[in-house]
Amino acid sequence: MAFISELANPVVFERYARPVQPWLIGIACTLAAIGLYFGIFNSPADYQQGDTVRIMYVHVPAAWLAMFCYSTMAVAAIVGFIWKHPLADVAAKEAAPIGAAFTFLALFTGSIWGKPMWGAWWVWDARLTSVLILFFMYIGYIALWQAIPDKQRAARLTAILAIVGFINIPIIKFSVEWWSSLHQPASILRADGPTIDSSMLTPLFLMIAAYMFAFAAMLLQSMRNELASRRLARLDMQSNPVASIVAGDAQ
Amino acid sequence: MSALGAIIIRDIRLAWRAGGGALQGIIFFILIGVFFSFAIGPNIALIASIAPPVIWAAALLATQLSLDQIWRADKEDGSLEILIEASDGLSLTALTKAIAHWLASLAPIIVIAPALAIMLNLPSTKYSPLILSLLIGTPALSLIGTFGAALAISLPRAGLLTAILTGPLYIPILIFGAGAIGNANGSANLMLLAAYSLFAAIISPLAAAAALRFNLD
Repeated sequence: MAFISELANPVVFERYARPVQPWLIGIACTLAAIGLYFGIFNSPADYQQGDTVRIMYVHVPAAWLAMFCYSTMAVAAIVGFIWKHPLADVAAKEAAPIGAAFTFLALFTGSIWGKPMWGAWWVWDARLTSVLILFFMYIGYIALWQAIPDKQRAARLTAILAIVGFINIPIIKFSVEWWSSLHQPASILRADGPTIDSSMLTPLFLMIAAYMFAFAAMLLQSMRNELASRRLARLDMQSNPVASIVAGDAQ
Repeated sequence: MSALGAIIIRDIRLAWRAGGGALQGIIFFILIGVFFSFAIGPNIALIASIAPPVIWAAALLATQLSLDQIWRADKEDGSLEILIEASDGLSLTALTKAIAHWLASLAPIIVIAPALAIMLNLPSTKYSPLILSLLIGTPALSLIGTFGAALAISLPRAGLLTAILTGPLYIPILIFGAGAIGNANGSANLMLLAAYSLFAAIISPLAAAAALRFNLD
């Protein structure tokens, strides 16, 4: 617990984060390289989908991360809300754009996969729809952060939104699933053959792990950037208060 | 209790005075239905089949238009700060404001909805499911809207942001509400709609109260 409160000091955080960063990037790249090799050269094509099944190795991890980033964001928001830990606020803020990017990636690769499989770029299937709503929730959260100039207040208010959204996610997900399957059983989901064979599962898990490490690296980098830019703004304020206020208003 | 009743009466009066916005909301509700009809053209069978979702989407959009009014006037004349200071429980006040918003803006929409339904050629058997689903589902619109408006209250142009924030949370209402009229699983959809409204009645006032406190401290 003492270590966590020590991290609230940006200098201490920077001291721990900086050496970890290259390791995270290195592990992410290595895992992605191995995973992609297995995925492209060392796994079978699907008996129905052919080679398009390989889109799975970039699509499924992105969809996982879309959910994982939101959970990270919500947990960070809760920690920031309850214990007022400044680093948690920064983590929640910076997790959102990354999560939105993964969500977009999941929708985009899913669309590319959907075109040859379903014959349409987009179908109003439960899974697609709930990911789309997740994307809108990220957008709302980011928009709220951008709308409030005072960082302290923005952190508290966005935390409330993230928590309410987090409680609502299961409800929204189920509502969307029942919406498309109340009157008919899901038939268009995925024709991914019988059970997934281990030859496909290995690259899939490697890619998920790679995405996780990439997320950690990006989150750490964004947090460092944010802390640095806040420090810069403070220094600006000290050296030339009038100019920085004018610049702040102009933004 | 009488204080909360006074808030309700005051809010309804303010909403129905000139410039209060409740009447504009109802006109907007009708307009959306008319927009759809003009866009589709004179295909009566098609219009009749999409009448339930159109009415629900119109109710949702008209609500979003009126959300900004929930706290705006109180914020501008300073009575919001008195409300926060004087309330025994701010979340109870938020619940009261949501009830007042529902009575001022959404109850009239429910009254006028059958007129729009006639224009859209809704089959006569679907009128009671329509009214029932609106009665059960629209409180959730007001409740979640009260929370969304509270989040954005200290911002200059809050209306659009409130719409974006409440949008994802409104989707279950739209799905269950239109589903209650549209298909064979009407009663299941109605029950889920009721569950969502009750859930919103618990979460939203608490969240709205927290948002107000952080917005004005």
